[in-house]
Amino acid sequence: MILEEILQVLILIGLIISGYLAIKFRDLLACAIALGIFSFLLSLEFYILQAPDVAIAEAGIGAGLTTAIFILAIRGTSRWEVEE
Amino acid sequence: MMSKIVRTQASFLYTFILIFGFYIVAHGHLTPGGGFQGGAVIATGIALIAVAFNFSNVKRWIKKTHLTAAEGIGLLTFLITALIGIGTSFFYNWLANSGLIFGQRVSYGVNPGYLNTAGTLPVMNLAVGIEVFGGLGVIILYMLNYVKEVRNDAS
Repeated sequence: MILEEILQVLILIGLIISGYLAIKFRDLLACAIALGIFSFLLSLEFYILQAPDVAIAEAGIGAGLTTAIFILAIRGTSRWEVEE
Repeated sequence: MMSKIVRTQASFLYTFILIFGFYIVAHGHLTPGGGFQGGAVIATGIALIAVAFNFSNVKRWIKKTHLTAAEGIGLLTFLITALIGIGTSFFYNWLANSGLIFGQRVSYGVNPGYLNTAGTLPVMNLAVGIEVFGGLGVIILYMLNYVKEVRNDAS
């Protein structure tokens, strides 16, 4: 029980860190990977909260398809964020 | 086209992603998951191939007409399966306990879960899986078309 709570706190800290890195990076490919890690940690949290159905959907769509679409879009435009 | 490491990993992982997606679809009435989740996992395999390999190769391997046909076939199967039971009601489970495919009787009480049960539910899971796979694959292919046009304008 105490192990589960420690794991939840660690996952929430990881969510905050990966979300912060996704807006901090200048390399947009690294941003897409950080968002993928965010989705993966979110699906892990869903699994701990006993919603495996939502966890599979989140891992498939959030971590898989969205990251792939972001990478395709970055490939069509430029990789580095430009300063206005 | 990405580096050789990404391409080798993609061609290795593609098979396992597809097998896991079909597992989720086929065991939709027994374990967590179902048609939508399994179809999304299968479409993730398509996305992996689309990201890792060359655009012209991907367009030759994965045709948009096939994905659209998969979407139509999935929706038609779902509707027809629901309509066959219209004698009692729409979405009536006409296949359960009938002895046909997916129609095995289950004795009362706790059991480990048998795959050959539950009537029309596995059929509908399969239909939804095919349909979601087609729809999300079409989204990926449209993104790929857009990338190709931008690349042509830039060069």
